[in-house]
Amino acid sequence: MSAPMRIAVVDPGSGNLASVLRALDRAAADAGIPIAAAVTRDAAEAAAADRLILPGQGAFAACMRGLAALPGMVETLEQRVAAGTPLLGICVGMQIMAERGLEHGVTPGLGWIQGEMAPMTPRDPDGAPLPLPQMGWNTLEFPAGGHPLLAGIRPGEHAYFVHSYALSGYRPDQVLATTEYGGPVVAIVGRGNVAGTQFHVEKSAAVGLRILANFLRWTP
Amino acid sequence: MLALRVIPCLDVKDGRVVKGVNFVSLRDAGDPVEQARTYSREGADEVTFLDIGATHENRDTMYDVVSRTAAEVFIPLTVGGGVRSVEDVRRLLLAGADKASINSAAVAEPDLVTRAAEAFGSQAIVVAVDARQVSPGRWEVFTHGGRKGTGIDALGWAERMAAAGAGELLVTSMDRDGTKSGFDLDLLRAIRARVRVPIIASGGVGTVGHFVEGARAGASGLLAASVFHYGEFRIADAKAALAAAGLPVRPLAEVA
Repeated sequence: MSAPMRIAVVDPGSGNLASVLRALDRAAADAGIPIAAAVTRDAAEAAAADRLILPGQGAFAACMRGLAALPGMVETLEQRVAAGTPLLGICVGMQIMAERGLEHGVTPGLGWIQGEMAPMTPRDPDGAPLPLPQMGWNTLEFPAGGHPLLAGIRPGEHAYFVHSYALSGYRPDQVLATTEYGGPVVAIVGRGNVAGTQFHVEKSAAVGLRILANFLRWTP
Repeated sequence: MLALRVIPCLDVKDGRVVKGVNFVSLRDAGDPVEQARTYSREGADEVTFLDIGATHENRDTMYDVVSRTAAEVFIPLTVGGGVRSVEDVRRLLLAGADKASINSAAVAEPDLVTRAAEAFGSQAIVVAVDARQVSPGRWEVFTHGGRKGTGIDALGWAERMAAAGAGELLVTSMDRDGTKSGFDLDLLRAIRARVRVPIIASGGVGTVGHFVEGARAGASGLLAASVFHYGEFRIADAKAALAAAGLPVRPLAEVA
């Protein structure tokens, strides 16, 4: 038997990561992949992992601050990403992969994905403002076609979103999926061995579990 | 398109479901974890637990229920009832809840909503507004399960709570609750016109048509308890009615 795949779920200090761990365990069991997943705030543990998950909740600036407060963590993530370790950002963890965030002032992000996280201003076809945050299940479309993370997922299937900021100024070739909320909204970004979902994979039922299983199988 | 959310609510007391679903397949109709799992399989877009009669002593039971549910049910989970402090919110979120719903404590201490939103983000904070109509176009906020009037105007309160950091409002009509006569649509429209955050409509569902009415009145989520518990209709029936009315839903085919 081979050793289980080591997954580090990096904790930027925002709290509820139990759901991410549980969803990973379920996705791995369904996929028949032995994993050892753990939440960590330790750069050495992150450096030793086979795959990295970067979750996040709350505000962009707070999440970046939390990550920067972990000694050596940002540098470790940058090194591992450069070395080819697959990394998945979730929600604010996806957002901080952008160049900067505009929530509570301008905050530099990790800069792995082109663009900035700007406030959404969604309106319905009649021009009336749509509720914010966007909260709930919305459909996924795949403008660039297939990607290993999307295997088995059909356009039009739903994922669970909660956000008020969205990626703008992006490169179309870094957008793997969009959704529609008063116009197209970036739902999944990807570049090389990093990817990020604006929605909560761990709360997106079968669709989310499939994306997690795809991430475990991904060999970018 | 963003789908309307159909949300079953489970009343939980001392770790047991008070009004249980009558599905023949259930081994233990009183087990909230099994109930939540069943609802998730039936197509629920979210599940809400309401801890009724929550006391300081039995909180640990609820955290355990939340933790066991989150291990098996991969849809959003909201927990309300007896949430009185930032620490209560923290423990619920760490146990696996996605959102904590604050009601009476927000009235007693409005700043709690702001502090909780600053600590965990607005997306994790729901404020429950229990309202009773006092005159045409006027509603009053009630607390303690609708037993205590506060004299607070519900529309102004909804606005204030959204500004304080609530990411969502759970709007329950105490007049309609238990009557099966439909949501208080005037109340929903009046609050929708005043706040930008999503609204969950609650109180009064008796038919699948009531879900359609609630959605058209501006609710993003539609919550019901007894019609689901007693099997009068199923979540798929509510979604079929919404879809037939041209409203977006997450189809059952994606659930399994």
